[in-house]
Amino acid sequence: MNKIIEKEHFSEKVVKLVVEAPMIARSRRPGHFVIVRAGEHGERIPLTIADADIERGTITLVIQAIGNSTQKICALNPGDYLTDVVGPLGKATHIENVGTVVCCGGGVGVAPLLPIIKAMKQAGNKVITVLAARSKDLIILEDQVRPYSDEVIIMTDDGSYGRQGLVTNGVEEVIQREKVDQVVTIGPAIMMKFVSLLTKKYNVPTVCSLNTIMVDGTGMCGACRITVEGKTRFVCIDGPEFDAHKVDFDEMLMRLRSYN
Amino acid sequence: MSNNNNTSAPRDAQWREDLRKRLTAKERTAIARVKMPELDPQYRVTCNEEVNQGINAEQAVIEASRCMDCPDPQCVTGCPVNINIPGFIKNIERGDFHAAAVVLKETSALPAVCGRVCPQEKQCESRCIYHKMKKEPVAIGYLERFAADTERLSGNIAQPTIADKNGIKVAVVGSGPAGLSFAGDMAKRGFSVTVFEALHEIGGVLKYGIPEFRLPNAVVEVEIDGLRAMGVEFIKDCIVGKTLTYDDLHEMGFKGIFVASGAGLPRFMGIPGENLNGVMSSNEYLTRVNLMGAGRADWDTPVLQGKRVAVIGGGNTAMDSVRTARRMGAETVMIIYRRSEAEMPARVEEVKHAKEEGVQFLTLHNPIEYKADDKGRVSTMLVQKMELGEPDADGRRSPVAIEGAIEEIPVDLVIVSVGVSPNPLIPNAISQLETSRRGTIVVDESTMQSSLDDLYAGGDIVRGGATVILAMGDGRRAAASMAEALSK
Repeated sequence: MNKIIEKEHFSEKVVKLVVEAPMIARSRRPGHFVIVRAGEHGERIPLTIADADIERGTITLVIQAIGNSTQKICALNPGDYLTDVVGPLGKATHIENVGTVVCCGGGVGVAPLLPIIKAMKQAGNKVITVLAARSKDLIILEDQVRPYSDEVIIMTDDGSYGRQGLVTNGVEEVIQREKVDQVVTIGPAIMMKFVSLLTKKYNVPTVCSLNTIMVDGTGMCGACRITVEGKTRFVCIDGPEFDAHKVDFDEMLMRLRSYN
Repeated sequence: MSNNNNTSAPRDAQWREDLRKRLTAKERTAIARVKMPELDPQYRVTCNEEVNQGINAEQAVIEASRCMDCPDPQCVTGCPVNINIPGFIKNIERGDFHAAAVVLKETSALPAVCGRVCPQEKQCESRCIYHKMKKEPVAIGYLERFAADTERLSGNIAQPTIADKNGIKVAVVGSGPAGLSFAGDMAKRGFSVTVFEALHEIGGVLKYGIPEFRLPNAVVEVEIDGLRAMGVEFIKDCIVGKTLTYDDLHEMGFKGIFVASGAGLPRFMGIPGENLNGVMSSNEYLTRVNLMGAGRADWDTPVLQGKRVAVIGGGNTAMDSVRTARRMGAETVMIIYRRSEAEMPARVEEVKHAKEEGVQFLTLHNPIEYKADDKGRVSTMLVQKMELGEPDADGRRSPVAIEGAIEEIPVDLVIVSVGVSPNPLIPNAISQLETSRRGTIVVDESTMQSSLDDLYAGGDIVRGGATVILAMGDGRRAAASMAEALSK
C-alpha cells in the first residue's frame, strides 16, 4: 500500500499524484516506469515516473483518465492509498552529452519527458523542448521544463497557445534551423510515429519511449511485445526506450487496440 | 538413509512392524487401486471448481493398506525431496492422519500442493514395487493430498519443530515453489528469512500459473500461512535487481541470498502473424485469468475471449491454458502439437481431463502462420502436418514436415505455450554472476551455489523449465548447503 501525499489537476482528465514509495524513489532513473494497481480487484497499469524526491521518499506520477482503471486512479485523493506500486521497471534512459537535443512531448507524455530533459541538460546538452497538445489547457508542466530547456516551443492543434500546428512542425523548424544531434520523443504512439518519420527523413537519431499494454511488467507475459528491426522485443524489459527509426509503429498501434 | 533417520515414523518402529503383520502380501496386492473421484466433465467446464475431489478416509486407509512397506522403498528415491513415503502411508493405514501429515512436513514445505500437481507417475509411483507385479502402483499422490488436506481441514495444523533463532538473516528472491521450500527449511534451522516477491501476490507460478480447477488458491494460502507462522517474512511488490540491488541486500544485513526468480520470458515461435491481436502467450492468458481475475465480475483486468481457441504446445501449461479457455466459454478448443501424443510432456491425467472436457488434439500439426481479419485480429492459422522422424538428442522422435500438407484452420484466439526462457532481471542486475548461454544461472548441482559465494539459486532460473517438485528439491538442497556454509 502506497499513500498519496499530493494531488494536482493539470486538466480535467490529467492528474499529478505524489506517492510514497521510498525504495523506488531511491533506485529510479530517468526513463523508468512503475506498475500501479488501485483496489484489490484492480488492473496492473504501467506509468512512467515523472519525478522523485529521495528525501521525502516520494515519486511523482502523471495519469490521464482514459479507461476504467486510470479513472479510478485519478479519482484518488491525498490520504488514499494505491494498493500496489512496483518498480522501477524498464531500462533507464541513456544520458550523454551529444550536443543539441530536441525533447518533444505530446499530451501526458511530457511527464515522463521531464526527468529526461533535466538529465540531458545536466549532462551538458543544449536542450530544445517542444511541447504539444490539442489546446492550451492540455499543455502540462511548462513551468517545470523551462528551467532545464534552452528554448521551449509550444504547439497547439487549435492555436489557442503557442503556435498552431503539430509537434512535427515544431521539431522540423528546429532541424531546418540548426544542427540537431538527437531527438527524444514521448507521447501518443501516433505522434511518435510521425516524429520518427520526420527525423528519419533528416537522419537525426531518435529515441522514443513506448507505453504498451502490460500485465506483470517484468518480462513474464509478453503482452507488450513490439517489432524492432524485424525482431520481437518486450517493452517492459528491452525498453521502454527504443531507436524510433526501427520500431514498427503500425503494428504497435494495432496492438494498442487489442481490448478496444 | 532418510527413511530411518530424522523421521517421526522410522521403519523399525513397533507399530510399523505390527502393521506389516496385519495383512499378507497376497491380501495387500489383491486390493485394487483407488479411483480419484472427479467432477463430471459437463459440469466442471462451467465453473472453476477443483476437478479432483480427493479420496475419503475409508478409501485412504484401504489404499494405504496396499503399500507393502518395502525394506528398501524405491518410491523414496523417485521423489526429488525424498519424502519418507512408507512412513506417512503407514500412518494413514493405522488411522493416524495427523501423524502422516507430520511425516510429510519433515521434508516438504507444500504437501497439499505436491499431492495435486506432482507428476507422481514419473517419480515416486514409477518406482513402486507393484509395477514388477504388473499392477497399478500405490496411489502415493492421492494419499499425500489426503493427509495434507485432512490436516488442513481439521484446523489442527502441525508446526514443524523450529531451531532456536541464530540471528542470521537470509533473503529469498521469488515466492514460487523453490523459494517457499527454501524459506521453510531455513526457518526450521533458525535463520531469519525474508522473501521478496515481484508480484502483488505470494506464491509465484502456484498463483499466476496453475489454475484454480487444478490447484485452488486457498490451498496455497494455507501453506504460505504455515510459513508465516514459522516466522518467514514476505515482502511483495519488490523486485530484487530493480527495487533493491544485490548491494542493498548486503547493507540490509543479509548473509545469504537464494535466487528463485523463475522462468520469465515466454517463448514465441517467430512465425508470421504472431504479434497479431488475439495471439498471446500462455503466461499472459493464465496470469490474466488466475492472478488478475479476468472474466470474473467486479475484476478490472480484461482478457480476450475466443469462440475457437487454439493452444500451441503439449505441456502442462498448454493443458492448463486450453482447459481454462473451455471454462471461459470457448466452443471449440484445440491443442496443436507438432509431435504425437506419446511425446507430449504433459501429465497423462491432464491430457485425460482435457479430452473429457472436449478438447480436440491436433497432434503432428505445427503452426506456420497466423492471418488476420481487416481489424488486425487473428482469424485463421496455417498448420503444417508432420510425421515422426528419427529420435532427437532428448530421445524424442523429432517431427518432420510432410511436404505440401498444409491446412488452414479458423481461430479467434491463439495461446502460445511452447516454453519459457529464464528471467534476465537478476543476471542483468548482477554482472559478476556467471550465467549459461541460455541465460540460466550456473550453480554447483550439489550445493546450488552460484559463482558468487553468498548467492545460491534454484528452480526455473537454473533449470530453464521444470516442475514444482524439482524446484522444491532445489530449494531444499540450497537450504542445506547455505545453512552449512553460514554456520561455519
